[in-house]
Amino acid sequence: MTSLTFPDCAIPISNRVHWIGAFDPLLRSFDLILKTANGTTYNAYLVRGQQGVAIIDTVKEEFAEEFFKRLESVANYDEITLIVLNHLEPDHTGALPELLKRAPQAYLYISHQAQSMLKGLLKLDEKQLQFKPVTTGDHVDLGDCTLEFFHTPYLHWPDTQCTYLREEKLLFSGDVFGCHFCDARLFNDLVGDFRFSFDYYYAHIMRPFKKYVLDALTLLEPLALDLIAPTHGPVLRDQPRRYLQHYRTLSTPRKEVVDKTLLIFYISAYGNTARMAHAIYQGASTVTGLRVSIFDLQGGEVEPFVDLIEEADGIVLGTPTINGDAVKPIWDLLSSLAVVNLKGKVGAAFGSYGWTGEAVNMIESRLRGLKLRVPVPGLRIKLIPTEEELATCQTFGQQLAETMTQKQAVRELDFSQI
Amino acid sequence: MAKAKVTFSDINVTVTVPAGVRIIEISEKVGSGIGYGCREGECGTCLMHVKKGRQNLSAPSFLENKVLQENMAGAHFRLACQAQVLGDVTVEPA
Ligand SMILES: Cc1cc2nc3c(=O)[nH]c(=O)nc-3n(C[C@H](O)[C@H](O)[C@H](O)COP(=O)(O)O)c2cc1C
Ligand code: FES
Ligand SMILES: [Fe+2]
Ligand SMILES: [Fe+2]
Repeated sequence: MTSLTFPDCAIPISNRVHWIGAFDPLLRSFDLILKTANGTTYNAYLVRGQQGVAIIDTVKEEFAEEFFKRLESVANYDEITLIVLNHLEPDHTGALPELLKRAPQAYLYISHQAQSMLKGLLKLDEKQLQFKPVTTGDHVDLGDCTLEFFHTPYLHWPDTQCTYLREEKLLFSGDVFGCHFCDARLFNDLVGDFRFSFDYYYAHIMRPFKKYVLDALTLLEPLALDLIAPTHGPVLRDQPRRYLQHYRTLSTPRKEVVDKTLLIFYISAYGNTARMAHAIYQGASTVTGLRVSIFDLQGGEVEPFVDLIEEADGIVLGTPTINGDAVKPIWDLLSSLAVVNLKGKVGAAFGSYGWTGEAVNMIESRLRGLKLRVPVPGLRIKLIPTEEELATCQTFGQQLAETMTQKQAVRELDFSQI
Repeated sequence: MAKAKVTFSDINVTVTVPAGVRIIEISEKVGSGIGYGCREGECGTCLMHVKKGRQNLSAPSFLENKVLQENMAGAHFRLACQAQVLGDVTVEPA
């Protein structure tokens, strides 16, 4: 357990702003998808303007008392004019129902996408809530200072936004630039080494949304920044801009080739699906403007394949049908893809089978479920592929490649054909 | 039955369909890049850009309008899981 004691009053982070969050040093797993080796913090903030007090986010429900104690050390409830919710996930809205009871006059500022979630999360009647949806360009005045809003959706929920206090060059970033790291010293120049936690958090929380990260960075980079105040982990006051640069590096594709890329992954017990895979590889390779690669799943680890798929334009998965299903390494690969954005990539499936052959259809459905597009119907071959069937495999590969390189002619179809 | 042509401009495919069919019933089968989440008009994942013929889609429901508004989508955007084809249209992923 930690040897440092956690302060129980609010911690000033700038002239007008206090940290009023909570420490959760004992947490070991977060949202079912992350491990948290030394816990986390739920960061909430209080901004004191000449004409009102703003609360930025709250904490997880179990930590409400800690939050209220810190809040009470720097403000009275009747001074609170508004509450900004940068993100509605329960780790930041758990204390909100109680806060609204204590400060019923407070107006909520939320993103447009947050509106429909608010009801589902708070289980409060919409009529009881006073809220205002805001987006980039909107701001709210606190007398001697203003809070400006930035529309930064999908970081990592549809509702997420950032709020900027221009007078203090301070960005309340929500989960962005956060990490699960619990250290009573709070500031990035004082806490322990949180580099691993920062990158690990990005890899599990932000990575699927790289495109949105880049859009958000374009909005945020022009801001003067003395301080980034995220909802988890250290407050970034030492060289805050470094974290923006780091996010940009992490979110920018590493791609070196200009060609499109197609990856073929297969697994095969007796070599039949493998033969199909190589014929598809040959067929696809006849098309120019496409870089085709082939991998046997038995010879690799999932993680590097996920990295490759993230930057590929298309994937083809080959699996035999074994006991009425595709085999586990294929499903393992597919279930590891939740951390990357697959939308709009091309997907396809093939495989050899003995008598039922349902694996190919199952993989195709899964690919569609993962938001890939599946333009060429899957290919199944009964047991050992003949020369003729191998030629069909080649055509299948070529068709896929043509679809991906837009070499396919304009098509006119009838509903009955599809 | 009345027929209409739906063009998916991201993949250069045109499909002739009976009037009343929803875009979702066509786009996945031909491999357009329009993606789906909830499939029932709630999540906004299937937002599509209607390039031509937006008057030839069924009018958006109250719920669809709400989702479009929350996603700050302009008049040329619709939900592919909701919009029914009534005449010729050209669409693409948003
Ligand atoms: C990291 C994370 C990602 C999520 N992604 C999605 C999503 O893609 N789609 C969705 O409908 N809900 C998503 N949710 C919301 C959860 O499904 C929702 O919070 C649910 O109520 C959690 O149920 P539980 O309390 O049983 O864990 C996500 C939640 C978390 C924490
Ligand atoms: S798929 Fe969710 S709104 Fe259409
Ligand atoms: Fe979150
Ligand atoms: Fe969070």
